[in-house]
Amino acid sequence: MTALPDTAAAPVAGRAASGIRFENVSVAYGTHTVLDGLDLTVEPGEVMALLGPSGSGKTTALRAVAGFVTPASGRVLIGGRDVTGLPPYKRGIGMVVQSYALFPHMRVADNVAFGLKAQKVPRAEIADRVTEALELTGMAGYARRYPRELSGGQQQRVAIARALAIRPGVLLLDEPLSALDAQLRSGMLAELARLHRELPDVSILYVTHDQVEALTLADRIAVMDRARLRDCGTPRELYRAPRTEFTASFVGNANLMPVTAGAGDGAVTFAGTELAVRGTEGVATGAEATLCVRPHLVGLGEGPNALRGRLAELQWRGATHRLYVEVAGHRVMADVRELRDTPAVGDEVTVHFAPEDAVLIPVGAGTDG
Amino acid sequence: MLVHSNKARAVIWTGFLLLFVPLFALPFAVILAASFATTWSGALPSGPTLTHYQDIAKGDSLNALVTSLLTALAASLLALAAGTWAALAAQRLGGRGKKVIDTLFMLPVAVPSVAVGLSLLVAFSQPPLLLNGTRQIVIIAHTVLVTAFAHQSVSAALDRLDPAYEQSAAALGARPAYVLWRVKLPLLLPSLTAATGLCFALSMGELSATMMIYPPDWLPLPVQIFATTDRGALFSGAALAVALMAATLLVLFGVSRIRTRASYR
Repeated sequence: MTALPDTAAAPVAGRAASGIRFENVSVAYGTHTVLDGLDLTVEPGEVMALLGPSGSGKTTALRAVAGFVTPASGRVLIGGRDVTGLPPYKRGIGMVVQSYALFPHMRVADNVAFGLKAQKVPRAEIADRVTEALELTGMAGYARRYPRELSGGQQQRVAIARALAIRPGVLLLDEPLSALDAQLRSGMLAELARLHRELPDVSILYVTHDQVEALTLADRIAVMDRARLRDCGTPRELYRAPRTEFTASFVGNANLMPVTAGAGDGAVTFAGTELAVRGTEGVATGAEATLCVRPHLVGLGEGPNALRGRLAELQWRGATHRLYVEVAGHRVMADVRELRDTPAVGDEVTVHFAPEDAVLIPVGAGTDG
Repeated sequence: MLVHSNKARAVIWTGFLLLFVPLFALPFAVILAASFATTWSGALPSGPTLTHYQDIAKGDSLNALVTSLLTALAASLLALAAGTWAALAAQRLGGRGKKVIDTLFMLPVAVPSVAVGLSLLVAFSQPPLLLNGTRQIVIIAHTVLVTAFAHQSVSAALDRLDPAYEQSAAALGARPAYVLWRVKLPLLLPSLTAATGLCFALSMGELSATMMIYPPDWLPLPVQIFATTDRGALFSGAALAVALMAATLLVLFGVSRIRTRASYR
């Protein structure tokens, strides 16, 4: 795909920058609550990823913005305007769904022109805007094709072009990469990042269950689980200092070890071993807590916070080795650079981690209980 | 089903032929042979002739064929419009509303067609709804009888249609009527043509209800076939039956061509 000058893209974001705001939004099907009191603001021009497992309520939140579900309570605002009661066609949003939903009976150009024709944009302007949107997504050469004649990645670009042609203030992306293979997915991630750089005024709400997509693309990530918002922050904040066990385990891999807070600041006890951590604020002396350490920050051999155990499993992962070390009945994962001399399963090994790499999470943080 | 062994394949073919030949192929072959015969006293018909077909080309039979074609065309289009509307409305209502509409539209299938004919005869025998003795009542009866099939066919297609199409169109700013006209109906076109074909074929062969209500100036071909064979002219009746089958098949073939071109995936 050819890189375009920034000026070529500018008119697409013709609508004034508009953010999204959820005010205590709840959605229920019968007695089953699928979204519970969501409070979240997507700033104008921001990329917000809604990250969570299946059934976490993330897609429902997106559908509430699009107008496909009616909240049982709360308000949805787009650009400061309450759209809760508005039908989808009056909301001025761009949307790309998992299946792309390109109209199979229309050529690519007609697909992209669809929203413009529906909104009765003058005919002369439609042609220009279709060309512009197709150029922006690198699909200008495919205008006469039918969707069935395109690959998955190309179809996705057309779906994005179709959504952008109407110059939406907000763009809703519902698992847009999940139908692509791994290699295409990483390429499209870069494309989406470039598109956002070229359209800095468009707010993007990006629903995904893939942490890599969220970490790569989002300015902020909202972590959802069981119909509720569990955590929200920048990718770095959530990765380096998760506030809940769920965030720690869902955003990247994590060792979660049950510990007891010690008397001094930064001291905890794990299975009888005293460990030093970054800080113990918010956890009373003697209270139970969870210690979170990322596997790639755990080293093999002696060092600070050394833990001795038996090697339960060893996996070769190309550039790294993943070690599972059994320490007092708990499995500690360590991702270390590929080892030349690998220990045998069953061997006694020592792993360690730096105190500043260990985050203490109070027990029950971010859960319903 | 994948069948790898030759023996199993032979068994399946034998079973198919044992069912197909006596139940489907043989009766049609007999009708076809009879339509060219003047006598049939032995194992095979004799005295081959084209007289029966020549008679069709010039007399009342041609009118009856045209009457059948027009009735079937009108009834199938009306049934398609009503069935499609009902299927769309049922989908929009969802839940209990959908169940009620689906059940109501399936009712004529459960009611014997003679009863449908009789009920229309009674219902439209008094002013201001006096339709007895008119062509319209025949078309209405056929429409009532075949709408269920149109409804069911379109309803099944709607259930299979990915809601993402409609939602994406709405998100792009298209009003419901625009979405229906530009997205849903074109995507349903293969099912709509299939439904039309089915309704047309059913209407072409309808006899029981028609017998109760047809006026003298609107006599469809099945009634003509019945009357002809009833007075003993079996070979003429056979020729009429062949003409009815041929006309129906020809129209169905045309419809299937439209359907093939309307299939996008």
